[in-house]
Amino acid sequence: MSDVNFSEPQPDSAIFLNDVSVNYRIPSESITTFKEYVIRLVQGKIKHRAFWALKNIHLNVKQGEIFGVLGRNGAGKSTLLKVISRVLIPVEGRVWIKGIISPLLQLGAGFHPELTGRENIYLNATLLGHNRSEVGEKLDEIISFAEIGDFIEAPLRTYSSGMQARLGFAVATAWQPDILILDEVLSVGDAAFQEKCFERMAGFRDSGATVLMVSHSIEQIRTLCKRAMWLDHGEIQTIGLSDQVCEDYKKALSN
Amino acid sequence: MIYDSEIRKHPAVEELIALFKYRDLIFQLVRRDIVARYKRSVLGIAWTMLNPLGTMLIMVVVFSRAFNQPETYAAYVLAGLICWTTFSQSTSMSMNSMVWGSSLYKQIYLPRTSFIISTVLAGLVNFVLSLVPLGFILIISKVPLRPSALLLPVSMLFLFSFSLGVALFISTLAAYFPDVADLYPVLLTAWMYLTPIIMPLEFYREILNGLLLYVNPLYYIVNLFRILIVDGFVPHLQTWGVTALASFGMLIIGWLFFCSKADSFAYHV
Repeated sequence: MSDVNFSEPQPDSAIFLNDVSVNYRIPSESITTFKEYVIRLVQGKIKHRAFWALKNIHLNVKQGEIFGVLGRNGAGKSTLLKVISRVLIPVEGRVWIKGIISPLLQLGAGFHPELTGRENIYLNATLLGHNRSEVGEKLDEIISFAEIGDFIEAPLRTYSSGMQARLGFAVATAWQPDILILDEVLSVGDAAFQEKCFERMAGFRDSGATVLMVSHSIEQIRTLCKRAMWLDHGEIQTIGLSDQVCEDYKKALSN
Repeated sequence: MIYDSEIRKHPAVEELIALFKYRDLIFQLVRRDIVARYKRSVLGIAWTMLNPLGTMLIMVVVFSRAFNQPETYAAYVLAGLICWTTFSQSTSMSMNSMVWGSSLYKQIYLPRTSFIISTVLAGLVNFVLSLVPLGFILIISKVPLRPSALLLPVSMLFLFSFSLGVALFISTLAAYFPDVADLYPVLLTAWMYLTPIIMPLEFYREILNGLLLYVNPLYYIVNLFRILIVDGFVPHLQTWGVTALASFGMLIIGWLFFCSKADSFAYHV
């Protein structure tokens, strides 16, 4: 660890985590039925074993910074993102976030096949916390960005998977976030559409959004981020300048 | 906008505030439930009206010989049935909507009560639609509509609150134990026979001096609805009080229970 730990969020902080731990309680024998639970409860045989998905995480990301998170699968990266986006409330520690976070929703989750494209835009955008009038303002832009055309009044089940993904992306990125989370590489639609997605993300970054970039590509983190951290087994292994972090991570991988 | 996990209000209050912010979502979810249900069926919305009517016809034919029935028996059964259907359907569907919602609340933050509230509200929309066949039967049975029917919205509020309370409670249990979804229909069947839906009130009054009725909150709700619509008078204040207590009490219990556990829903793999 080679980073300053603050105990309070700083004036220029965007993401601040102080000693955050997340612990999934896994029943030692899986009890999934109410009947079984009652029987075990009477017998006094319910035991849990703790699985620490995150342990004592300290993090301070400044506004406008591009910060990288490295780690293998199961290192705790997604748990970290869930804690930051308020999906998981940490068992211990403090999470402090300033501004609106880009949604981590899987593209198209929440869509309904029987509703039209337009109806699905309203449904999806309100799921992301926008109100009717906000959606109304952005409606034309979303439709044209997604390249849906006349299909907008057709039920979603008539859409190709590419069209659904484009619509999902268009809704999710219609509003400029303060904190942009980039989780792995985007793979929406064809090459031309991917180019468009990239441009939109770059636009967010250039207009001052804080970027949290999660990846297992060392090169990507090294070229795009100034600071980064390496997570393993839910703990910070190294945090600091991305060159140093990438070096340490590379070394650990080759061992 | 700052989110700080250390500065939090009581979960029940926090949920209320979030829900107000997401009120347009509730509307969209209710709309989706209703539109999706009828889009692909030929008779569409007519099914909601025909369903209770069909069940009522069966009950009237079956039971008209079993008991000495007054002329208003058909209206009595139908009024009870539409209350019961609204309650039983919206509470069982709310468990499904939480399963659907889990794919969302495990990825993004949103008030988790919204899935349940919208399901119960969609049930209430169906309730309103079922009032059409009830009106039809009232005319056939020559039951005049009296001014007491104007108090119907209050009675609907009670039905909504009670259903929502039970839905929140049962969905919280189902989030931990999936087999609750299998147990619940059995409980519902028992509950239906313990509530004066099909059999006349006298039948229940004779059992244990009517004890079965007095401990059953649904009895008060169904009874009030029938008094206003079928019997056509405004009941004593005491009747209103007990019904309000039962329905709002259940709502508060369900709301507190759900909100106290809601943070841990996303932890369930």
